[in-house]
Amino acid sequence: MSALRLSKAVYDAIRAHGEETYPHECCGALLGRPTPDGWSIEASAKAGNTRTDSAHNRYEISPGELVKIERESRLRGLSIAGFYHSHPDHPAQWSQTDLAEAHWLGCSYVITAVENGKAAATNSFRLAGETEENKRFEAEAIEVRDAVKDPVSQ
Amino acid sequence: MTIFIPTPLRAYTAGKDAVEVNAATIAGSLDELTTTFPELRKHLFTSEGRVRAFVNIYLNDEDVRYLSAKEATEVSHADTLSIIPSIAGGC
Repeated sequence: MSALRLSKAVYDAIRAHGEETYPHECCGALLGRPTPDGWSIEASAKAGNTRTDSAHNRYEISPGELVKIERESRLRGLSIAGFYHSHPDHPAQWSQTDLAEAHWLGCSYVITAVENGKAAATNSFRLAGETEENKRFEAEAIEVRDAVKDPVSQ
Repeated sequence: MTIFIPTPLRAYTAGKDAVEVNAATIAGSLDELTTTFPELRKHLFTSEGRVRAFVNIYLNDEDVRYLSAKEATEVSHADTLSIIPSIAGGC
């Protein structure tokens, strides 16, 4: 099983983002470096949810915003390592919609359940496989480090 | 021109996050990229040769879909091309 390593500051920031946007889904990117058994996350970047038509159960990040996030991460020597979003009043498990819309193979997708406005479980799933045809989510461990790093806010 | 490669496709560009090309148009640049790294082709294009629906191509900060000449748009050495797979989902 792979592992997603992130600081407590980033972990808290992505969970707080889910509470902030409740009852709508939040979303953002995770920026980090690859390790032999998973990503080491150094920062997160908030993104807007463009699915204003159904924000309580759908999210989408504008590709134009992603271009900017990737540019800034590159300047910091980091890569887009994955994404996070929330499931308001719904379990922290990937859905068929999540899998169908996931295209960043090898990256981590973090989901936080937000129950009645409070962040509950947070789980991470690595998008495994080599192609669109055989992609799949695999659960991965989340390791929260004590080291404090400032998350990026956008 | 520089083409920025997203994380999931770096496995097919020998780990490079950016590739320099010298073509005159966006289409030519993508052709040069996939000629140099042929394994990329099936990840970027359908079997009919069209850019896959979930792959976004940005010339600097502009979505190529909305450029008047689309992929026939001419490019200069200072331009950048970003390949950005879409990101969406929900419960």
